[in-house]
Amino acid sequence: MSEKKMTFETSMVQLEEIVAQLESGDLPVEQSIQRFEEGLKLLSYCSEVLQKAEQKVTVLTKQSDKSLSSSEKEDV
Amino acid sequence: MSSLVLTVTQVNTYVKSILEGDPHLQSVYLTGEISNFVNHYRSGHCYLSLKDDRSAIKAVMFKNVASRLRFVPENGMKVLVQGRISLYERDGQYQLYIDDMQPAGVGALQMALEQLKKKLHAQGLFDQGRKKPLPPMPMRIGVVTSPTGAAVQDIKNILGRRFPLAEVVLCPVLVQGEEAPSQIAAALDLINKKHAADVIIVGRGGGSMEDLWAFNSEQVVQAVARSEIPVISAVGHETDYTLCDLAADLRAPTPSAAAELAVPQATDLLAELHSARAVMIQSLLISIKQAQHRLEQVKNSRPFHNPEDILLEKRMQLDQVTDDLMAAYRHQLFDPRKKLAETAAKLDALSPLKVLARGYAIPQFGDQSIRSVKEVALGDHIRLQLSDGQIGCTVTEKLPGGAKANE
Repeated sequence: MSEKKMTFETSMVQLEEIVAQLESGDLPVEQSIQRFEEGLKLLSYCSEVLQKAEQKVTVLTKQSDKSLSSSEKEDV
Repeated sequence: MSSLVLTVTQVNTYVKSILEGDPHLQSVYLTGEISNFVNHYRSGHCYLSLKDDRSAIKAVMFKNVASRLRFVPENGMKVLVQGRISLYERDGQYQLYIDDMQPAGVGALQMALEQLKKKLHAQGLFDQGRKKPLPPMPMRIGVVTSPTGAAVQDIKNILGRRFPLAEVVLCPVLVQGEEAPSQIAAALDLINKKHAADVIIVGRGGGSMEDLWAFNSEQVVQAVARSEIPVISAVGHETDYTLCDLAADLRAPTPSAAAELAVPQATDLLAELHSARAVMIQSLLISIKQAQHRLEQVKNSRPFHNPEDILLEKRMQLDQVTDDLMAAYRHQLFDPRKKLAETAAKLDALSPLKVLARGYAIPQFGDQSIRSVKEVALGDHIRLQLSDGQIGCTVTEKLPGGAKANE
């Protein structure tokens, strides 16, 4: 739809907008379906971003766990 | 009486030669108190008297000697002087020609120190505002002290225990004696020039005031003051204060204390790291949780949880419109039509043709329909209109009286 960079934040804002529009019922039928479809795409994108973030945190904390404990061993 | 008559000059010259001929008077060490001190600024020569409790002697200190002095002579000061005795022929004044002057005794030493302190203080070298903060994590520690003795060992031990990651840059120097001030100053300058340390500890172990004297020298103070690298001064014991301490960015009561002040405790830092890491992970997880929550809100919203609801509304709208349309149709078209049909039926029932079909006839006399017996006479020809034709009739009888309902 737009050129601007898609981030979790911008997607969430758009999603919330779509919810508001659909809930109000002011949209014509064809547009309602269209917006709903867009919403589904954004939902799946955001879910993916969050999932990847969680995975990354797990990996990073494991890594830093390793490096911290190895440096402690060096001290002694 | 054999006496020569001499001139004044001759007498003066003679006395002078006697004085200068005496080896004892060529290098005399004298202590006394300065009085009548006069500094001829134009020539740089100083004229004074030295006295004890009973006598005085005139003295002169030429510019070359006066300028070398490490203190400023003042009236009342007790000094130790080295010089030669001679006579100034011009005025016959017997005097001491001073070759060197030192403040005598500890009291005078103190006075010289006070003078220097005042002078340097006036230059702002001890100002609080000049003092630089110490770097929180110095990786190289410059240490300017004697390579032997307890001080350097203590410093190295404590640095090694507290913050082993730092490199110790040792600059060995003499810490007492004539050479000490210039060595200490040179070491400070060298470390600065080479940017060899992040912080410098300068000092020495305990000793007498004379032992610590190098750290009161102007040379050392100036070197400490001009050091761009922060300097921690650690001279002697807790109660010893030297000018170096005043000029430094921080004074430590002892060399060990200096090492403690110079570096943080590495184990403390590690604990901070652990804690910071925990906080970071926590914050991150909370952040993600909040984002998830926000996403859940959207997923559970009506449009996404029950998307058919979107259409439901539209469907209801449509039904409503349909109902309205039906109502309108009924009202505008169907009802009037019904009414029309009803009226038409009524009308139809009243139609004369129907009347005829029911068996009634319409009598006509000429082209007039007759409704009364009075309108005809016996023998008239009338016609009867029936539903399917006409019958010609002659009136044979007239009986007045209305139709009666059959009993």
